[in-house]
Amino acid sequence: MNLGSLPGARERRVRTGGIELCVVELGDEQRPTVVLVHGYPDSKEVWTEVAKQLADQWHVVLYDVRGHGRSTAPKPLRGGFTLEKLTDDFLAVADAVSPDRPVHLVGHDWGSVQSWEFVTVKRTEGRIASFTSMSGPSLDHFGHWIKQRMTRPTPRRVGQLLGQGAKSWYVYMLHTPVLPELAWRGPLSKRWPKMLERLEKIPAGDYPTPSLPDDAAHGAWLYRDNVRARLSRPRTDAYAHVPVQLITPTGDIFLSEKLYDQLELWAPQLVRRTLDAKHWVPRTRPDQLAAWISEFVAANEAAKEDGRPVQDTAPTGAYADRFGGRLVLVTGAAGGIGRATAFAFAEAGARVVAVDRDAEGAARTAEMARLIGAPAAWGEAVDVSDEQAMEKLAEKVAAEYGIVDVLVNNAGIGLSGSFLDTTSEDWKNVLDVNLWGVIHGCRIFGRQMAERGQGGHIVNTASAAAYQPSRALPAYSTSKAAVLMLSECLRAELAERSIGVSAICPGIVNTNITATTHFAGADAAEEKRLRKRTSRLYGLRNYPPERVADAILKAVVRNQAVVPVTPEARGARLLSRFSPGALRGIARLKPPL
Amino acid sequence: MTSAVKDEKAPELRGFREVQSLAYACAEAVAARLEPGVTEREAARMQRDWLRERGVRDWFHLPFAWFGDRTAFAGFKVPLQFFPTNRKLEPGMPFILDMAPVYKGYTADIGYSGCLGLNPLHDKLLADLEVHRELILREARERRSLREIYEDVERLMIKQGYANRHRAYPFGVIAHKVDRVAERRWSPNVFGFGTQSLKGLMSDALHGHRDGWSPLWSPYRFSDHPPQPGLWAVEPHLGFRGTGAKFEEILVVTDSKDPEQSAFWLDDDLPHVRRWAEERVAA
Repeated sequence: MNLGSLPGARERRVRTGGIELCVVELGDEQRPTVVLVHGYPDSKEVWTEVAKQLADQWHVVLYDVRGHGRSTAPKPLRGGFTLEKLTDDFLAVADAVSPDRPVHLVGHDWGSVQSWEFVTVKRTEGRIASFTSMSGPSLDHFGHWIKQRMTRPTPRRVGQLLGQGAKSWYVYMLHTPVLPELAWRGPLSKRWPKMLERLEKIPAGDYPTPSLPDDAAHGAWLYRDNVRARLSRPRTDAYAHVPVQLITPTGDIFLSEKLYDQLELWAPQLVRRTLDAKHWVPRTRPDQLAAWISEFVAANEAAKEDGRPVQDTAPTGAYADRFGGRLVLVTGAAGGIGRATAFAFAEAGARVVAVDRDAEGAARTAEMARLIGAPAAWGEAVDVSDEQAMEKLAEKVAAEYGIVDVLVNNAGIGLSGSFLDTTSEDWKNVLDVNLWGVIHGCRIFGRQMAERGQGGHIVNTASAAAYQPSRALPAYSTSKAAVLMLSECLRAELAERSIGVSAICPGIVNTNITATTHFAGADAAEEKRLRKRTSRLYGLRNYPPERVADAILKAVVRNQAVVPVTPEARGARLLSRFSPGALRGIARLKPPL
Repeated sequence: MTSAVKDEKAPELRGFREVQSLAYACAEAVAARLEPGVTEREAARMQRDWLRERGVRDWFHLPFAWFGDRTAFAGFKVPLQFFPTNRKLEPGMPFILDMAPVYKGYTADIGYSGCLGLNPLHDKLLADLEVHRELILREARERRSLREIYEDVERLMIKQGYANRHRAYPFGVIAHKVDRVAERRWSPNVFGFGTQSLKGLMSDALHGHRDGWSPLWSPYRFSDHPPQPGLWAVEPHLGFRGTGAKFEEILVVTDSKDPEQSAFWLDDDLPHVRRWAEERVAA
């Protein structure tokens, strides 16, 4: 390993079963040990970024699986890569690096496949404290999964079988003799980095290493020695004896999410996470992985002390698997949709930054968010239309809490009244908050997200008024139409950086916006009357902001482009596409105020 | 009641105070006996039996109990959902006990919020109810219209981040009038409400309708009048996602010119008030 890329790393060799394993350690040896196991065709360098971040808190151990990287290969290769032998290797490493304390295990791809063996066999009991699995199912569970679907083939199950069967094309390829080795030692390994970069957007670095052709050629025996044997005769006692954290990338082209249905049966203490990413998450999402691994290890260490099972402390809100521990920033969070959104993310276990002009309201949102499940929440008083203040906020957030994973540009103000009554001052106010606020948010936080290069999501709260013209809301509708277009343009641009952008168009929702809406052309008394009346009408409609918040979480999970929420917003959206003339007709009607 | 003042000169207030503290004593006794696995029905029965043993024969309404997210009235649409169910109490769950016994011809209507074990969110809700108690008293003394006070309470709830759950009550009321109840040998219940008390409420509604006031304190136009002298059972109810909390106690309104005497809480020695005082001392 290029130890230069891992400051403070210590290398050692561990002898076991006639081979020599290359083991690297980082961090304080007194701390609990986290062992990272790499996949195929990788070497331990796949973990570089994750290991660096984990080393602040834990004793981190990486090793090259036999036949990979700087570890030696068994002779002969055939029969040298069985799961039993890999278990011997793991135990040898664990005994060397943490002789009197169980280790926390993390596996990716084939590293996870073999780790499933480690956590389900008897002889490792007491040597493992927890297991984080990503993109690698247990071959035994997989075998049962296939059997289940073969013996009782409903259409859905057949679909799942065929789907996974197609994704596993490379497994059949690797079973052909000699050809894979020739390909890897020939042109494939030269093209591999470029292919990864194009398909997976893996940033360049110390990975893959020059040992790739050998690693890939040796690693083919992982498949040949195990897959057929285990899939045809899966073990019936493959129950995990440690808590398991399952991290499922939703865009994995090799493994279907359905593989992990009913995993609870095999792993009774299971915490699920999903990640909007492709297969090589240790390279593309190191921050998130490090955070989740750290959190899980810490929870298990704590659980050992007070005896509460780890999965009971996990948040239970909608999409908790997706947002647990992520950083979410919501503007306009002192009330209405913003506050409800902050709460919904908090229930899902996200860390929340609640931003609003109203400092007290923002602090209150943060306080309540902590009470319902956010591991941390902060209130920040910032006016979104103030560019410098937003820049400062972004700096502070990045320095103190990290890069934002989900940004919700929600802050907005209402303005009603005919165009001829709307002064240029009114125009300026509404555009400053509703449009410039969103521009500042997207520009400043969006850039941070893009520069980090680990994906993310931006949600902009537009409005049904964005596509529904009205004589009563010329300025407001214009600002929101601009937000909608901005979101769609930005979505196109940021797609290549795995950052999703959604525009939410709520419609008539019972929030405080009506009580602060400025009515152009009305005197103070008349404005008060109109505010009261619209508030009452919105109250009668009584569509709760919580449902908009649910729509926002769903939009992030599904990466939806434009989301009309209330029935009237959906109806107007449909009309705007198929019969815009009708909408123009409606726009001429005087509102009932 | 019209000239009642806050001292022992008003013997009928003593009667109301007595039944109110009896009801709160019942709530505390039953709350202490709640444990994991007890159902809402069992809790309601425990309240009923406790009060019957101590001489309660009639009710304004029979005791209710709500557990878990039912304290926030999640999804309550029809009045039947108010009735106790077989929901079981679990550790950390909030609960509300609500009862309105008639004792020696006096009525009380109380609400008691608690939770089984630790629940910081529920503690927060309970603590936040204190300002509502102060707000209601202050504005009643200022002789604001009932509808206005209602709107201010609701505004404060929204500012605190909560939903107003007494919206789910019949007519969306935050309070209703209570009065003395004639003691009859036979006083049946209709849908959990005592007929004698309902008769009183109906006759109040009838008189009030003639004079332009209502015995129900609601967000609607018929509550657009200053507080009517008499006793009001006030029950602000906060909801926050799956957790709810409320208190209910009697506010005495008189026609006295002295603001202090024009409105006051019947009794300040109640569990929730003591709790706030203790918290202040601890802080």
